[in-house]
Amino acid sequence: MDFRDTPEEAAFRAEVRAWLEANGNKRSRPDEVFGEGLDDAARLAAAKAWQAKKAAAGYAAITWPKEAGGRGGTAMQQVIYQQEEAAYLVPGMIFEISIGMGLPTVMTWAAPELKARFLRPGLAGEEIWCQLFSEPGAGSDTGGVRTRAVKDGEDWIVNGQKVWTSGAHFCDYGILLTRTDWDKPKQEGLTMFIVDMKAPGVEVRPIHQMSGDAEFNEVFFTDVRIPDRYRLGPECGGWKVMLSTLMQERLSVGGNLPTDLHEHLIALARKCEWEDRDGGPRPAIEDARVRARIADAYLQQKGVELIIARGLTAISKGKAPGPEMSITKLVAAKAMQDIAAFALELAGPEGLIGHQALGGDWRYMQRLWLSSPGARLGGGTDEILRNVIAERVLGLPGEIRSDRKLPFRELERA
Amino acid sequence: MNFDFSDDQRLLQDAVRTMLAETSTSQAVREVLEGRASHCAAAWRNLIEMGAVAAAVPEQYGGAGLGHLELCLVAEEAGRHLAAVPLSSSFYLAAEALLRAGSEAQKRHWLPRIASGEVVATAALGSRERYRAPAPLAFDGETLTGTSPALADGGIAGLAVLRVGGELVLAGLAGAGVSREPVPTLDPTRPLAEIRFERAPAERLPTADAAAVAARVLDGAAVLLAFEQVGGAARILEQTRDYALERKAFGRQIGSFQALKHKMADIYAAIELARVHAYYGAWALSSDAPELPRAAAAARVAATRAYVVAAEEGIELHGGIGFTWEMDCHLHYRRARHLGQLIGSEHAWRARLADALIEEAA
Repeated sequence: MDFRDTPEEAAFRAEVRAWLEANGNKRSRPDEVFGEGLDDAARLAAAKAWQAKKAAAGYAAITWPKEAGGRGGTAMQQVIYQQEEAAYLVPGMIFEISIGMGLPTVMTWAAPELKARFLRPGLAGEEIWCQLFSEPGAGSDTGGVRTRAVKDGEDWIVNGQKVWTSGAHFCDYGILLTRTDWDKPKQEGLTMFIVDMKAPGVEVRPIHQMSGDAEFNEVFFTDVRIPDRYRLGPECGGWKVMLSTLMQERLSVGGNLPTDLHEHLIALARKCEWEDRDGGPRPAIEDARVRARIADAYLQQKGVELIIARGLTAISKGKAPGPEMSITKLVAAKAMQDIAAFALELAGPEGLIGHQALGGDWRYMQRLWLSSPGARLGGGTDEILRNVIAERVLGLPGEIRSDRKLPFRELERA
Repeated sequence: MNFDFSDDQRLLQDAVRTMLAETSTSQAVREVLEGRASHCAAAWRNLIEMGAVAAAVPEQYGGAGLGHLELCLVAEEAGRHLAAVPLSSSFYLAAEALLRAGSEAQKRHWLPRIASGEVVATAALGSRERYRAPAPLAFDGETLTGTSPALADGGIAGLAVLRVGGELVLAGLAGAGVSREPVPTLDPTRPLAEIRFERAPAERLPTADAAAVAARVLDGAAVLLAFEQVGGAARILEQTRDYALERKAFGRQIGSFQALKHKMADIYAAIELARVHAYYGAWALSSDAPELPRAAAAARVAATRAYVVAAEEGIELHGGIGFTWEMDCHLHYRRARHLGQLIGSEHAWRARLADALIEEAA
């Protein structure tokens, strides 16, 4: 048992490190993000330039086969690249859906000429992809989508609305889940397409999040025309295509979970004062209640880090990660919320003052507090994740459902 | 990255699991629970003969000379099967204290006897929590006087390592000047006894820093106990899951209700978090890493919580049947309590974890 790289992994890490040192910029503070101070257009241009450089060096899709433009490398090499890149100012989310969902789905399901058309420019960041599955009436229950695609000669005409689409405002293409047959049961009447996000009839509206940010969008489709050759998989085979897309997420071991929250907590506790029944005030860091919460913070986030280390061990040996990986998001997102909330409490009533007035030290935890409710929802709510663990890991029965066999049209009426 | 046990280590674990499934049955554990046996002799004999419990005792002292990683997996199986054996007293505590602080002569004399099962050893290395201040033990260089109020496996032990003031003292329990009285215990499958010393012959473990040795041994024990806790927690969760699949109410398997599914998912999450903290502790223990105090305290707190919640909710999820003497739920409820307090409660260990974290961040 050890935490060291194998000689091959160490060699790859050294290669990645040298390339990043020569080509990237390191973060100067932990919460610094790519393109601070640039406007949206300039940040997007800078992100595309970085992606082009990364693709040319063979790091854009390490695990993809060489004939698809990848490196033909191992999952562990992908993880090592991500670990090393984490110290650098790189565009985080912008290409994540392209590389993690859109392009792999194209690679699995599209005709050869479409692969030739889309894979290379997608990898190089010239075109960016989004994923259009969720709808206002189909969130956790994705099988309930109502966006309608109707065949018209060699084309399909699409009408409907998608929601929670990351990056739709700057994307060029998307993978779109539609309903093409309303007489089949809900999951059997779905069909997947590639959609041109710049096509007439596509309208993107940003969603104003509770955190003040706008990372997601609503996307409206009005008589949007999609050629049949842009169909991914068979007609009414969309559910299977979607599952294959989501399976890709399983490989994205590691994610972007912060591993230093207890250190932030310690730093803030050193600056606050607490009284207890022995009097005071004393530095909060000396208070047993505060120390207990610092220990709790460590237990959660270090636990998640170690579970990922187990997953990486499996990957390093060429095996699939174990079922314990399924708890990471559930634990990490709630831990983020709990830790951030306690950090704010350290300052008592003053902790209600925004970081703009209270001080930059508080910015990170205040932003984390406001974003953590979204982290508990995205990629599966806590409740859905508990169902997944209970059913797939523990083998407990699935939910009793009345909608599996009925034609979707009848569900709509009921 | 190799954050897992090796295939050979897993083979040893499998062998121990198979053996304990046959010898540490519910019936065998209940012999101890109901006072008809002091410990589960068949399981103990087999664990000794397999070289499993003496995995971390060097070969020159009669052990298997494997290491602590192997002992961790033995501990996990002992926890899984609720083994009623003096494993923690003899091997996590006493043998480790002898190895770290004993003279060559003391090690040569006692360790082979412990490893062969000829002598059961126990230890009391101090706790940060107490209720009654017992008459303090006094050691005059040659004899020991006073009372050790709740010595694990004190009823059958022939040897004890005791912290007396600033010293570690080795006392034979079979000779003159020692008397013992079993005390009623919340987990009778891991019995305690009060031991009274009246000018009993004893000798010093020649260490310059008894406190440091005790802390180091307790850290190791925290890791090993965490494996027992994780093993027990996983077992009671499995039994609860199986029962929830079998039992029907309101026309359905009770395991199909989200109230139960989600609770079990949370227990699973607590166990898997505890498991990786225990693994990290195993790594730190086996490699003698400077992270050991932090890793051991984290393993202790996470595993204590996981086993307690799995045992408490195991009864709850079973419903009325879980509250009966015949079901094994209460064996886990008792064992979770025993393991969670044997070397100090989670609160003391959480304070120790915070100390380590804050010191590191200085």
